[in-house]
Amino acid sequence: MTENNLFGYKISKPRSISMDSADLSLAHEILDKIPTFRLCISCGGCTSACTAGNFTDFNIRRVNLMLRRGQLETLSKELKDCMFCGKCYLACPHGVNTRNVILMMKELLYEWEQNIDRRTEKL
Amino acid sequence: MEYFDIFVIPFTIGVIFLFSILIGKFVYWFIQIPRRDKRLIGKNFFTVKTLKSIWECITECLLHVRIFKTNPRLGFMHMSIAFGWFMMILVGKFQSTAATGMWIEPPHVAIFLKYFVPTESYRFAHLFAAVMDFFLLLVLTGIILAAVKRFRPQAAGMKRPTKHTTFDKVALISLWAIFPLRLLAESFTSGTYDSGSFLTGSLGRLFELFLPVESLYYPAFWGYSIALGIFFCAMPFSRYMHIFGEIGLIFLRNWGLKTENKVEGFANFELHSCSRCGMCIDVCQLSTAAKINDVQSVYFLRDERYNTLSRRVANNCLMCGRCEEVCPVLIKSNRHRLLMRKSPFGTVTPDFSYLQRNEISISSGDVAYFAGCMTHLTSSIKMSMLRIFEKADVHYTFIDEEKGACCGRPIMLSGALNAADDMIAFNKKLIKESGAKLLVTSCPICYKFFNENYKLDIPVMHHTEYINFLVKERKIKLQKTAEKYVYHDPCELGRLSGIYEQPRTVLQKTGILVSVPEEKEDALCCGGSLANTEINYAERGNIVRDVICTLSADEPDCLVTACPLCKKTFNKERIIDVKDIAEVVASQM
Repeated sequence: MTENNLFGYKISKPRSISMDSADLSLAHEILDKIPTFRLCISCGGCTSACTAGNFTDFNIRRVNLMLRRGQLETLSKELKDCMFCGKCYLACPHGVNTRNVILMMKELLYEWEQNIDRRTEKL
Repeated sequence: MEYFDIFVIPFTIGVIFLFSILIGKFVYWFIQIPRRDKRLIGKNFFTVKTLKSIWECITECLLHVRIFKTNPRLGFMHMSIAFGWFMMILVGKFQSTAATGMWIEPPHVAIFLKYFVPTESYRFAHLFAAVMDFFLLLVLTGIILAAVKRFRPQAAGMKRPTKHTTFDKVALISLWAIFPLRLLAESFTSGTYDSGSFLTGSLGRLFELFLPVESLYYPAFWGYSIALGIFFCAMPFSRYMHIFGEIGLIFLRNWGLKTENKVEGFANFELHSCSRCGMCIDVCQLSTAAKINDVQSVYFLRDERYNTLSRRVANNCLMCGRCEEVCPVLIKSNRHRLLMRKSPFGTVTPDFSYLQRNEISISSGDVAYFAGCMTHLTSSIKMSMLRIFEKADVHYTFIDEEKGACCGRPIMLSGALNAADDMIAFNKKLIKESGAKLLVTSCPICYKFFNENYKLDIPVMHHTEYINFLVKERKIKLQKTAEKYVYHDPCELGRLSGIYEQPRTVLQKTGILVSVPEEKEDALCCGGSLANTEINYAERGNIVRDVICTLSADEPDCLVTACPLCKKTFNKERIIDVKDIAEVVASQM
């Protein structure tokens, strides 16, 4: 947690993502299988229409960003909120098949988590 | 041994193999049927349902009446092979009893009777021979039609034939060979012994003129026996399993069974009853408009049966229900599709517990209005409904005005069958709190789900029904204009919920409703279905444009629909003015 300092400012924790060590395999696989995902311009139309976003801070644009940065640990927690209603798909100006992206992310992440579990068990 | 020759061995092996596999499979599937369903069978066994099933077996397994209704040429083809062959077995049995004087004998005696008793030397022999020739001719006509259909599907009134597996091809070729070989074997025998009726007898005498028939009939019988043996061995693994599967399916279905949450028991009967006739291919819009030719119910069920189903095939379906409508075996393939959509590896489980943490106060009202996610994206429908409520002076409450949850059907359609439970509980609580006596939805997807999965204690109406009700009760008055409409039946409201007349009654009061061939049960899917997660934007666009062109052939002023998703999908193409029925009504009251 960050607290306001003497002058009323917050000091953020330093945060860095090393793209060299980030696991981008999922992002590549999804981009390969769902080519329309490449058309995303991060306009946020999906996020503004989102039904789950009405209740939580679920944000498809952030999900997209997390995936492309390889932040897979937080991604699966985020994805649990999606109601799969399809509003994002209809709102998308570029016709990205957002529902299939989410569906595939969920499947691939599950597999990825299983692999992590297996690796830690071995250790 | 009397009535035996070594050439019957391939046939006998085939028969023994076929029936052992068949009995094994049937017993295994029957054991899988849950106890509750077995009790249901016990309850319905000695009722008129069993007699109805026997009748259905005759009309469907033998005469193929349902195929006749949709496509007479195809119906004749199926009927001639199934009914002709069945009658050949039945009459052949009586014939062999008349010839040998035995009621119980190995099956090969009746099948190869012509070899063992080549002349008409028994009672009614000439009549038997004529009848057998007639049915052989019937089957041969069917086989010729089938062969023509394979190479020129248009000749049988079809657009494209089904692509087959190796087992299917082996079975198909041996099936095609069986009857010509029987014809040759019997003709050669008739030629040698100067017997036979109008077909085999005449052919025999013709062959006798230029062929050494007396040395040919024995090899021909060998060929006939081998073809039968191969067919019987390939049959349980090929599409021809439907011949027996359908009998089981008809009885179980009439006794009240259906596919529930697992592919076992009844579902296996369904799976093995698909004859891969391919009638679902011709009505599938993915095939006709989007040129996707390997995901239709026939291929999906095939892949499911052989455990070769891919994620793409399972997910690439609009679930519009057009294939179920034409299926002559009445297989509920959408249910199978839902069950098979579960990821084989597992998936991140959704968690909607956050819904419970949200305290939402709801005002009370007589009528609860649930707009649904899609209606919130097409706000003109929502505004029209609110205007209608106000005009009719209805004390209503808007359930999902500010913070609305999804009804749950979209996630259920993706294969997560129980994921919607939290949403159901959330919405149910709000509806209960409102104290409403009626729930009105604007979205057919919500309507179907509220109706079937929510188990509410108040009636649910789609706004088409509700507007029709208000007009009938004279709560709103409509002005008729000269505008020409074509009504598009949304899949979830029409085929999947059976609401066809209410929107039409309303539209006839507001303008001129033109009817199109693609309506009611034959209505097209707009292409926007949430059930399909696999199809891409371009393919979807092809379907949408195809539907709009088909529906606007009569140049209507406006295409009217009753589903926000259909409207949104059509509107993306901007070809024709598209309105929801609520908008039409709101502008003319």
